[in-house]
Amino acid sequence: MAKAYRSRLNRQPSQLRIKVVPAVTVILGSMITALPLITDYPILPPMGLLILLAWRLIRPGYWPVWAGFPLGLVDDMFSGQPFGSAALLWSLIFIALETLDNRGVGRDYWQDWLIASLSIIFVLICGMLVIDFQSNLLRLEILVPQILLSILLYPFVTRLIGAVDSWRVAR
Amino acid sequence: MAAPKHRRPGFSKRAQYSIFASYLLGILGAVIGLLLLAISILDPRGFAVLRTIGAEATAPVSKTLSEVGGATGEFGEEVSAYFAAASKNAEMQRELDSYRIEILEARALKQENERLKRLLDLNEEVPEAVAMARLISSTSSSSRRIATLGVGNTSGVEAGQPVRAPEGLVGRVLETGPTTARILLVSDGQNVTPVKRASDELPAFATGLGDGTVEVKPINLGTNPFKGGDLLITSGSGGLYSPGIPVAVVIRQSDTGAIARILANPAKASHVIVQPIFQAETVRQAEQDEADRLAGDAAGGD
Repeated sequence: MAKAYRSRLNRQPSQLRIKVVPAVTVILGSMITALPLITDYPILPPMGLLILLAWRLIRPGYWPVWAGFPLGLVDDMFSGQPFGSAALLWSLIFIALETLDNRGVGRDYWQDWLIASLSIIFVLICGMLVIDFQSNLLRLEILVPQILLSILLYPFVTRLIGAVDSWRVAR
Repeated sequence: MAAPKHRRPGFSKRAQYSIFASYLLGILGAVIGLLLLAISILDPRGFAVLRTIGAEATAPVSKTLSEVGGATGEFGEEVSAYFAAASKNAEMQRELDSYRIEILEARALKQENERLKRLLDLNEEVPEAVAMARLISSTSSSSRRIATLGVGNTSGVEAGQPVRAPEGLVGRVLETGPTTARILLVSDGQNVTPVKRASDELPAFATGLGDGTVEVKPINLGTNPFKGGDLLITSGSGGLYSPGIPVAVVIRQSDTGAIARILANPAKASHVIVQPIFQAETVRQAEQDEADRLAGDAAGGD
């Protein structure tokens, strides 16, 4: 066999790339709070959560059920939320999605978007209530711009993660 | 996308167990998350080390980006300043003339003030700055309003110190790392600032609402004397903030007090000043009393 072709035949993607890339993208997403944006409102979409949901819905079965916990802990380091809030909420999302997957019903793109939207709304509202339940319950409306922005951003994140995923498994 | 078929374990006991174990681990993760959350709500200072590591890790990126961001922000304003330059110039000329007179009046007042202070033998030194730095990022995806400052305890910044911009109070230092400090902004829901009305020294508390405004509650409940346009300044009680720093302007009355807009917009302030704690002695004494009380309670409980 010609030497020139050997490197192109029977190639396997690097195991490191396959295993590490999704977690790294989620952690980079959590680090979005490092951007020099100083705002009066919570407005920045929770990118860590969006990227996590994109991976979870593009590749059901890739993450184990418990993966929400460690990734949530990392997110808590950067988000400014009380420590443990994302670890709890992301774990709950993962348990719910796993239960949904085990029903074995096929989902299309729009249903994925709906599931992601509901998850985003759940995490953002619970994240706010966790800080101060009584007084924040009365002013949940300040989350509306952030929720809308996050839901509208989700399809773009999915496209991006889809591209990263095909690079991840490319031979 | 449908769940992959191989997830149905069939009759393989081993596959069934591994799926069950994965579920259990997931639920365990949620339970541990809940415990951590309970701990961090009971003791907000806990886990500060982890957050500091996070802030320190991303600080170089934030610092670089905030330099760039500051430059582009100013560029936009400079371009827009060319439009309507003539009318703006005339307006500024008028304003300048009126300010000149006011400055003369203020100078006279200042002299009189100094004379009266000397008569009273009051010797308040103006607090000098501990450090001056840029706010490099904030928790803009969370409902907490905490910003990260580009200097830390190696520059002498300590927890509790007030942070202000030229326009007014920005917040106070919450946690410090070697080169970063986390600033609890005035608009955070957990931040209560003792204020007074500038015109008649009416004391009140300003609690953040998380959206650039504060809720002002007078200490004398039952009355609601606030009007739109009232200026609120720090009162100095509590010993944390030195008195006289502008905080907010009342925009409307509410049922129990008023809603006020915060004067210092941390997004626009390019640099902020960290001041020493106004009466460090008082604050230390208060903390000591609190510790004694807790120790007393614990002893009484046993």
